[in-house]
Amino acid sequence: MPTFVKRILGLVVIVVVLVALNAFMSRDGLFGFGLPYYYAELLNLTGISIILAVSLNLITGFTGQFSIGHAGFMAVGAYSSVFLTVYYSQSAEQWLTGLVGATVAQSLVFLGIVMFGALVAALAGLLVGIPSLRLRGDYLAIVTLGFAEIIRIIILNIDRAGGATGFRGAVPPWEGRLIIPQYANFIWIGGFAVITIVVVYNIVRSDIGRAFVSIREDELAAEAMGINTTRYKVLSFVISSAFAGIAGALFGHFRQFLHTNDFQFIRSIEIIIMIVLGGMGSITGAVLGAIVITILPELLRQLPGNLIHYRLVIYSALLVIIMLTRPQGVMGAREFGIPWLKRAQKRPEGDKPAGEKGVPIAQSQEAQK
Amino acid sequence: MDTFVQQLINGLNVGAIYALIALGYTMVYGILRLINFAHGDVYMVGAFAGFYIALYAGFAAGASMVTLSVVLLGAMIIAAIVGMIIERFAYRPVRKYSRMTTLIMAIGVSLLIENLFVAQIGATPRAFPDFLGSQSQAPYRLFGNAAISKAQIVIFLVSIALMLVLQWIVYKTKVGTAMRAVSFNLNSAKLMGINTDAIISLTFAIGSALAAAAGVLTAQYNPNIDPLMGILTGLKAFVAAVLGGIGNIPGAVLGGLLIGAAETFVVGYGHHIGIASTYRDAVAFAILILVLLLRPSGLLGSTVQEKV
Repeated sequence: MPTFVKRILGLVVIVVVLVALNAFMSRDGLFGFGLPYYYAELLNLTGISIILAVSLNLITGFTGQFSIGHAGFMAVGAYSSVFLTVYYSQSAEQWLTGLVGATVAQSLVFLGIVMFGALVAALAGLLVGIPSLRLRGDYLAIVTLGFAEIIRIIILNIDRAGGATGFRGAVPPWEGRLIIPQYANFIWIGGFAVITIVVVYNIVRSDIGRAFVSIREDELAAEAMGINTTRYKVLSFVISSAFAGIAGALFGHFRQFLHTNDFQFIRSIEIIIMIVLGGMGSITGAVLGAIVITILPELLRQLPGNLIHYRLVIYSALLVIIMLTRPQGVMGAREFGIPWLKRAQKRPEGDKPAGEKGVPIAQSQEAQK
Repeated sequence: MDTFVQQLINGLNVGAIYALIALGYTMVYGILRLINFAHGDVYMVGAFAGFYIALYAGFAAGASMVTLSVVLLGAMIIAAIVGMIIERFAYRPVRKYSRMTTLIMAIGVSLLIENLFVAQIGATPRAFPDFLGSQSQAPYRLFGNAAISKAQIVIFLVSIALMLVLQWIVYKTKVGTAMRAVSFNLNSAKLMGINTDAIISLTFAIGSALAAAAGVLTAQYNPNIDPLMGILTGLKAFVAAVLGGIGNIPGAVLGGLLIGAAETFVVGYGHHIGIASTYRDAVAFAILILVLLLRPSGLLGSTVQEKV
């Protein structure tokens, strides 16, 4: 079968699955079977986590830059898109509804809003990236953390975006929508999760991705080989921030409520834990980590009796145990599952492990044996 | 003028606390190149150790320096042990892996301590007994109208004393020489017959003891202690360490004092230039970013040439 036929088939399958799942999760259910809202919400949040984890993996797993500010970019995407929805989208939606009907108009408007969130987050990524990516290692980590905190505190001080009381809709002196419409459903969230995976996969397989990996393996050597390391680091930062912005926009239009507490330091840490658990430098690993980390705290709610108080203790103890026993993550740098993702295992011959830094790649070579 | 002196006193006071915590960050980083994220939580553990010592020994609030000294020493010893346990069972096993792994381990330990405390004693703040009676007593007056409370004087004196002791340990004792050797080059130090594991353990113990002292002292000034108190304070203390030049002991003190003063001045004077006092927590990070962009090795740090 020619490749493009395969791709179209794949696309059709994904769309059908998403639409079916979305119907299954909706209030009416699919053929009389529906998922309780609690599980539906969990699935949607998992989708958002997947976007966050896979996009952060581009910076941390593939480019080897340690960023602990991903939640900051998510916040930028969330707040900027919701701000647009609440204050500026109503008239555009009305005008489009007259032109193409309500459903299409709503979708078009939301697509625009999500893209706006991605754009603003990407700009924030650029703003943070250009000056700070001259720094290395730990300094970069702490600067990204600092920027994320500053972003959060700035948002906290914008009265028009709800400030400390949170953002539900237009704040009284200003006019706009009083409630954030729930534009995002599983078709959007799942769809963007798939898009994120495909885009990141393709980037990693491209020459840009090779440059990213070379920076991870040895920044000095990469620079010596003529790779403009600052440019590529900023690029990976901007792409990653854009996806974090998309995740934020979806989160805002799914939850219909934003509060800066959702974007604290701990949120960034959670995203890091996802990719560490799954294995840095593995896209499927990041997906797996996102699923486990989003669902695990909820699963632990089922713990009997007194143990339920220890839910988060068990959660953090697991992280420590994983780092002690399998520091390269469950997947290492391997990929699994869907055949066309599997090709990522076939690394070029010269891709040798690079000593102590090369834990992920060493793992992938073990996998080939 | 009065306001200025007052802000300066309050700022340096907060700064002294940051400085004590920053010392632990900087010492550990100097030796292991590890951001010990759990250090802020050791500060919290220290405060709670003091709280429980006072509770079980039946020390009530009242003007007694002796009680405070006992509680302070006890908390420092407990925190030192906690620090050594963390090093032995969490950091030592992953020391041979990449720095990312150790950093994530540090984050994991930090989360574990926080969640363990929340699960065990709940997240509601506890009131630390006011041993000095400084909350009921009128503050002393300085330069006319600037107030300084007994707790603030004690914080200044104790933190200066502890910093001098640290300076003495690091520069005048054999152990200190060994610590400096290990931070200079771990493998060479090992070849010279230094028990590097013991020295690293000791570094954690000293750093944790200083953090515990900071915890108990803060609690004399602001008696509300809760299991999450170490997160933001720890981050700011880390920023202070980076600001001063990480790995540099006088730098950590300078960084701590600067961050403390800057924060207080933003609260005190910020509204004149349109900065709301809610930006207080952003100040440390803003300063950090500026300094790192202009002088990436920190104020007193030396530039390290990366070797191939």
